[in-house]
Amino acid sequence: MAAAEHLYLHVPFCGHRCGYCDFVTVTGSGELHGRYVDALIRELRGAPARPATIFVGGGTPSLLDDALLARLLAALPACDELTVECNPETITPAKAQVLVEGGVTRVSLGAQSFQPQLLATLERRATPDRVVQAVATLRRAGVTNLNLDLMFGVPGQTPHDLAADLDQASSLEPEHISYYELEAKPGTRFTHRHGAELERQAEALEDHYETVVATLRERGYHWYETANFCREGRQARHNLGYWEGRDYLGLGVGAVSTIGLERRRNRPSLRAYLDAVEAGQAPPAEIELLSPAERGSERLMLGLRLDRPMPLDGLEWLIDPRQLERMAGAGMLAREPGGIRLSERGRFMANDVVSTLLR
Amino acid sequence: MALSRIRNFSIIAHIDHGKSTLADRILQVTKTVADRDMREQLLDSMDLERERGITIKAQAVRVLFRASDDRVYELNLIDTPGHVDFTYEVSRSLAACEGALLVVDAAQGLEAQTLANAYLAIENDLDIVPVVNKIDLPAADPDGVSAELAELIGDAPENVLRISAKTGQGIEAVLQAVVDHISPPDGDPQAPPRALIFDSSYDQYRGVLAFVRMVDGGFHKGDKVCAMAQGTRFDVEELGFFSPGMRPAKHLSAGEVGYIVTGLKDVSQLRVGDTLTLSRDGAAEPLPGYKEVKPMVFAGLFPTDSDQYPELRDALEKLKLNDAALSYEPETSQALGFGFRCGFLGLLHMDIVRERLEREYDLDLLVTAPNVAYRVQDVKEDWHEVHNPAQMPASGDVLSTEEPYVRASLIAPKEFVGPLMELTQDRRGEFGHMEYLSEERVQLVYDIPLAEVVLDYYDQLKSRSRGYASFDYDMIGFREGKLVKVDVLLAGEQVDSLSLITHRDNAYKQGKALVEALRERIPRQMFEVAIQAAIGSRVIARETVKAKRKDVLAKCYGGDVSRKRKLLEKQKKGKKRMKQVGNIEVPQEAFLAVLDLNRDGGNGGGG
Repeated sequence: MAAAEHLYLHVPFCGHRCGYCDFVTVTGSGELHGRYVDALIRELRGAPARPATIFVGGGTPSLLDDALLARLLAALPACDELTVECNPETITPAKAQVLVEGGVTRVSLGAQSFQPQLLATLERRATPDRVVQAVATLRRAGVTNLNLDLMFGVPGQTPHDLAADLDQASSLEPEHISYYELEAKPGTRFTHRHGAELERQAEALEDHYETVVATLRERGYHWYETANFCREGRQARHNLGYWEGRDYLGLGVGAVSTIGLERRRNRPSLRAYLDAVEAGQAPPAEIELLSPAERGSERLMLGLRLDRPMPLDGLEWLIDPRQLERMAGAGMLAREPGGIRLSERGRFMANDVVSTLLR
Repeated sequence: MALSRIRNFSIIAHIDHGKSTLADRILQVTKTVADRDMREQLLDSMDLERERGITIKAQAVRVLFRASDDRVYELNLIDTPGHVDFTYEVSRSLAACEGALLVVDAAQGLEAQTLANAYLAIENDLDIVPVVNKIDLPAADPDGVSAELAELIGDAPENVLRISAKTGQGIEAVLQAVVDHISPPDGDPQAPPRALIFDSSYDQYRGVLAFVRMVDGGFHKGDKVCAMAQGTRFDVEELGFFSPGMRPAKHLSAGEVGYIVTGLKDVSQLRVGDTLTLSRDGAAEPLPGYKEVKPMVFAGLFPTDSDQYPELRDALEKLKLNDAALSYEPETSQALGFGFRCGFLGLLHMDIVRERLEREYDLDLLVTAPNVAYRVQDVKEDWHEVHNPAQMPASGDVLSTEEPYVRASLIAPKEFVGPLMELTQDRRGEFGHMEYLSEERVQLVYDIPLAEVVLDYYDQLKSRSRGYASFDYDMIGFREGKLVKVDVLLAGEQVDSLSLITHRDNAYKQGKALVEALRERIPRQMFEVAIQAAIGSRVIARETVKAKRKDVLAKCYGGDVSRKRKLLEKQKKGKKRMKQVGNIEVPQEAFLAVLDLNRDGGNGGGG
């Protein structure tokens, strides 16, 4: 594979599988942590020597014990941005120390909410206090670039709950906030249980989303991507790689790589992954060959999430010029020297706008 | 075969009362079909008919039956269409017969349709053999139903045959009754030939096939023939009869029923009811009863994908080959693009055509709300027929308007008389008369505008009678009505295909119902949608669909790009199924909103 600038490592282990989650995760199996880290390190041999960014996600990478985590971090190549995803309940002073000493420049902390009843609905294990405590611990250890993951649209969430979450999150002064609408994916236990409530609250979510954007902007955050906010200059560079449509290499069970027109999705079986890598083989994967139109559509879909002009070089053929004209006329987007950029209203309606633009 | 040994008859029955099963049994009992070849409901050849349990195209089958006098009789069973839309075709099929089996379900009793066809049979001077079917059903009431049937035709209840076509019980007795009670044909074998066309169909290899009843004289292969009303001329390429497959014969003679292969390319050249005779030295007078059936219900058919327009045109051309009653002309709509304004005999006919287009020709269609034909007199006192609300002139340019009326016959248990009268009066029905068919069942006769029937009358009838009422109607011509055109504007833009013509007294109510129905069917979208109903420039009702404020993929990273792209593609596809009106996206079902006025469920169609 050609060298990718962006490297993703997947650590599937979790203390508990949250009901809404559809990532590749594994609970229990503590005895496999060591074998898994070794396998990742083995896979790293084929990775680029000097990537721009590395993101260690999960799962819960911080669930690895300190020594294992340190071993994994030590094996990583040097890069400009190294992010590790952590759950608040796993953050101890020692763990924070391992992160900082292992070269981690950015920590992404899964807070989701500060309201105990909402955390319970989400089946999160951390309590609001643990989130605050984890932030303090990380700060003390010297983490200067911190992201909080938050969520709106949790069943039962009131406007008051949302305001409280926004207050508590911003009072912690993270450099970056990812604020997602809860995505109840079909087939998850969560959707099954809360389907009716999710349906009922659909219209309230419009208010929630507007509140999130308005409040965080007021408090000095840039709304630089559909669901992401940051202080000046604190964009997630790794994720920018995805949104700018660049190639990325994913290592680990269930990880996805996209290099040119080839998308490789490692299969979700942990055993099969370990067996293959330990035998010196490539992890079992399914390959999706993207057509130029598909890859181009993805680039539009991703690039228009950003609050910056999206260059159209080589993508014009995917766009219906009449619809482009119409969307511009309706104030959904602006044509700028550097490409097209969705207006504020356009960003709230991005799916509609992008699916209209595509031929 | 001598005339005295021929019997021509049909079976009159309501849908589901067992006509097709009885026909099958007759084929079996007479060994016309070997048991092992027996296919259920052999006579209904089209899948669609089979599914709907109805028969569109009449066919005739010849069977040979050894009667109790030990002679062999030639019995021609002429199948009739079973629906109100095809009344004229039924009447021609009956005109080809001397008798009819009147079959009634032992559990259901008489229905309006059976009654209407029974009256048609009586008017045609047919000998009627009353039959109660399904006596094997647990809910059967053979005594009660026999009494009703006997009363209807003025016979004694003990003369009503009791059978079960399903189990085969009583079938021989039915055939014997056909021989005993139905008159043999009485044509003149020596006279110049006259044959009644009672049905036709189109075969892509052989052209138009005419089903005929020879009344006088005879035809031979190679005869030069002409249809007297239309003047169409052709050579008899082949003739014969069905038994049950095609059996070519040397000739068809007076009293017989059979088919003629004409080589014609279009069924509209050979209309049902016309008389065939020889081109030279033919008969002087045609047989009585020919009339041209005119479509009374109109709707716009548009391809969802405008690229399918040529395919739709070809498909209509092909359907028309086999369906003389279907009419179509090109129509352009600002909202729906290029399509056709099609004329149908009624709602069922419309449903059948739409389904065939979608199923057999794989077209994705948008069908506008149907309307009837209106007559409009302009200020110069000239009359025009209007088939499309969009053609209706502004009210200032109209002196008077007329709409078609039907005479409706309703039959229901007596406890529903009140609700049905209320409904029918509410739908501008004019009371004709009321008659007790038995102690329990009542027939109501009303004159009612066809427009009301097309709208939702039938569904309401079924719902207010809990399904017990049955309904049939006959066109009785045009009458004056105070009609206005109600237009619909979406975001300020008039959508011609949503216009409707309605009685002035109903305009406000219907306009309101229409904009409400549209509000429910137009999804929230990028822009606010104002929905207005207006008469001329006067807005009579308004609703708003608020603009959607959020439509984003919550998050999107490297791991799930494919899935998110597919979601977007799906959304794109959904958009393609919508029609764009200005900046507004309108789903297809919104265009059918007119159909749903006052309606509490159901999907159109009569029954």
